[in-house]
Amino acid sequence: MMLVVQQRAMRDWLRSGCAAGFDAGAAPGLAVYRNNHRAALVACLEAGFPRTRAWIGDDAFLDTVIDHVGRVPPSSWTLDAYGEDFPVTLALRYPDDLEVAEIAAIELALDRAFIGPDASVVGIDRLAGYDWDRAVLHITPTLELLEGATNAFELWELLSAGAMPPAAARLDTPRALFVWRQAGISRIRIADPIEAQALCRVRAGLPFGDLCTHTAEAFGPDEGISRAGVWLGRWITDGLVCAIDDDRSIL
Amino acid sequence: MMPRPTFGLGLRKPHYAEFLSHKVPVDFVEVISENFMVDGGQPRRILREVRERYPVALHGVSMSLGSADGLDPAYLARLRALVDEVDPLFVSDHLSWSRIDGFSAHDLLPIPYTQEALSVVCANIDRAQAALGRTMLIENPSSYLALGPAEMTEWAFLESVCDRTGCGVLLDVNNVFVSAANHGFDALDYLDGLPHARVRQVHLAGHSQGEQLLIDTHDRPVPPSVWDLYAHVLPKLGAVATMIERDDDIPPLAELLGELATARRIAATGIRHAA
Repeated sequence: MMLVVQQRAMRDWLRSGCAAGFDAGAAPGLAVYRNNHRAALVACLEAGFPRTRAWIGDDAFLDTVIDHVGRVPPSSWTLDAYGEDFPVTLALRYPDDLEVAEIAAIELALDRAFIGPDASVVGIDRLAGYDWDRAVLHITPTLELLEGATNAFELWELLSAGAMPPAAARLDTPRALFVWRQAGISRIRIADPIEAQALCRVRAGLPFGDLCTHTAEAFGPDEGISRAGVWLGRWITDGLVCAIDDDRSIL
Repeated sequence: MMPRPTFGLGLRKPHYAEFLSHKVPVDFVEVISENFMVDGGQPRRILREVRERYPVALHGVSMSLGSADGLDPAYLARLRALVDEVDPLFVSDHLSWSRIDGFSAHDLLPIPYTQEALSVVCANIDRAQAALGRTMLIENPSSYLALGPAEMTEWAFLESVCDRTGCGVLLDVNNVFVSAANHGFDALDYLDGLPHARVRQVHLAGHSQGEQLLIDTHDRPVPPSVWDLYAHVLPKLGAVATMIERDDDIPPLAELLGELATARRIAATGIRHAA
């Protein structure tokens, strides 16, 4: 039998338990390989989503993991990537409990931030001397913006602390969550959707002066400029800004 | 000056702090390459700090050298970046496959010992060595299934791979023991038939008894049977780098250093020694 045919037969065995192409004597070995394969995927999801597991319970979590393993074949060279689609599986299984997939999305984003690209950080003491009308902020590459329709953040926070979480609840208006890495540690905070929109535009290259103009148009000159200034201060202290470019220098 | 044998440990998370805060008496450490093939963050920072203190060997589990549809270029690019940063003592992976048609098994699956598989493995190793800019060490795997019919023994296959590609061998003595038990060949035939001059590194580990087969679990001390095989083969090898490989139920570092002391003793005395 050609090598590629043998390898596809093994893949089919691992995926579906179909042992076509193998003789009966192969059964013990096939069982070991299938167990190894599935155990690796289960362990990966258990390690990646401990708060989600705590929220829905061990049995429901395992059922969902088995569903996911059946639905989503691993495709990356790294097991770390296997959890990428797990929030989708949770959303499909829990269509009326949106917080389940949102807790998983938080866990996934925190893990991604932990191993995301390194970047320098602009400190609060290095803001002088820029032409702020032209200044473009370079945002840390680990930043991920999530949208939350539920109190998943509070649930995740209390589950992380080992405390009894409250009941799940939908929010009146969706909110944003910022996830990033600062000083080697993954961080998360709630953000106003308007701040999130502003940060998205800045990350896309909108100069800070233009951001101030837009905010002034939306909120009036005083409040608009004030809001932009407060955001900038927070982004700097959060370590979200990794460089400032005003065409004269890059920090 | 004659090269001397060296002795190291697999570096695992529970021991990071000790390796970074003390000078642990090892000649090198080995890390799992994939754990550090990330963009940045703490894993890369720790590896840089470890590298400042110890020589590092990179040991991979996902290159899939036996894949009939070739290697993953993204994987090779990431590994090359890590190699360039670490300047490792060795870069190794297994005589196995894990990926086909975009499906990744995340396990070390067996290859049939045929001329066709030999051509595939050699082409993949040639490509990997070109991409990495250096020769690799290829480790003999534990296996639980013979994809047959075989046209040669595993050790003859390994020798042909070395001859055709110029790669070296990472000899896992425990894997020889496990595969010999599972497939019914004599482990001494394997160890005597190896291309000894190609062996650069040796892994020592423990295994478990499964329902019908021995399983390469790396979750217990090196057993006397594996020490005996190590003592048998070591005089045939040159100045190799020996290490203890423990991946589960990881004990205190002192316990692993005790096992390493046994390896040093066997190497020093050249006599058969059961731990």
